[in-house]
Amino acid sequence: MLADYSFLLIGAILVNNFVLVQFLGLCPFMGVSNKLETAMGMSMATTFVLTLASACSYLTYNYLLLPLNLGYLRTISFILVIAVVVQFTEMVVRKSSPLLHRVLGVYLPLITTNCAVLGVALLNINKSHDFAQSLLYGFGAALGFSLVLVLFAAMRERLAVADVPEPFAGAAIGMITAGLASLAFMGFAGLV
Amino acid sequence: MLAWLEQFPLLAAGLAMLGLGGLFGALLGFAAVRFRSEGNPIADQINAVLPQTQCGQCGYPGCRPYAEAIANGEAINKCPPGGEAGIQALADLLDVEPIPLDDEHGEEAAAKTVAYIREDECIGCTKCIQACPVDAILGAAKQMHTVIASECTGCDLCVEPCPVDCIDMLPVATTLRSWHWPLPPADRSPADIIASDRDTAGGAAPSHDDNRDQAA
Repeated sequence: MLADYSFLLIGAILVNNFVLVQFLGLCPFMGVSNKLETAMGMSMATTFVLTLASACSYLTYNYLLLPLNLGYLRTISFILVIAVVVQFTEMVVRKSSPLLHRVLGVYLPLITTNCAVLGVALLNINKSHDFAQSLLYGFGAALGFSLVLVLFAAMRERLAVADVPEPFAGAAIGMITAGLASLAFMGFAGLV
Repeated sequence: MLAWLEQFPLLAAGLAMLGLGGLFGALLGFAAVRFRSEGNPIADQINAVLPQTQCGQCGYPGCRPYAEAIANGEAINKCPPGGEAGIQALADLLDVEPIPLDDEHGEEAAAKTVAYIREDECIGCTKCIQACPVDAILGAAKQMHTVIASECTGCDLCVEPCPVDCIDMLPVATTLRSWHWPLPPADRSPADIIASDRDTAGGAAPSHDDNRDQAA
């Protein structure tokens, strides 16, 4: 039982990492990784939203859509759920930590369009996870996202001062680094 | 109910989405009231008291960061442009004891000043342009520079970098356009002031309560 859960968690964090293996949530990955500080803020916000959205969309699907035979409405209702969770998070963050709110700025609402969030919700259904598994899978996906985002932000802070050949400077070297990081993460295949 | 709804899938779909939307709307409406906030109210209020010269003499990159630092417990006596009056206003706002200005960060200017470049002496080194926190100096390398007087906050930061010392801080003359009727201090209710207090009401006058304590 516990082993199953830990496999699920490790699988979501490393083996099927949402960013570098499944290529979901790439826009915040490239957009918010310029500074370690913002990357950490974004990671925390995304972790919170992903876990909560994963649980909420599970509940919506199993207790509202399935009983009414409305499985085909899952995508649109998940988008609704995620948008509400993000909005709610934004209000809570603005109240509880104005500093974090200013650091995250426009990125917090951008979590709405983070495809990893929708991806987790839909994958939960495809893999017919139960509630605890959904929660854990969402949390694992968020941890994986955070790990990769923070690692990548740390690398980009170094890249910003590195002597990069002119044609590769800026976003280009970021993309190349992301590709190399992705190759590295592919190495986790077969771990679980 | 469920069985009946299943006969009309379209109706069920509409009702389900409406229900979800309504529920979430109510949730967000509740959250908007429950978690209402106007930014960081205390930092905003402190920021409003600070003189907005953005001079950085306090050691922070501008007035807003210093306001936030004060909100998090930084000392209130690091703002020379605000002077003693600014410290007094901050002390009143935060309900702490006013402390004298920390001379480590500079001295209070006697009057509002504006930078003036003696243009025939300027060698066009652009050092003052880089020092100006509000971009009030106009010019280019090896061209004469000049100060946009209306943008200058009088923070002194351009004086020190100038290699030929051609920048003067001139006091701003009060003209009919720039003169304002001084506002009465807003933090005292009129009932607290007696006639002989009026001149010192904003400053260190003994408060009414102290008098009452002594009398008792």
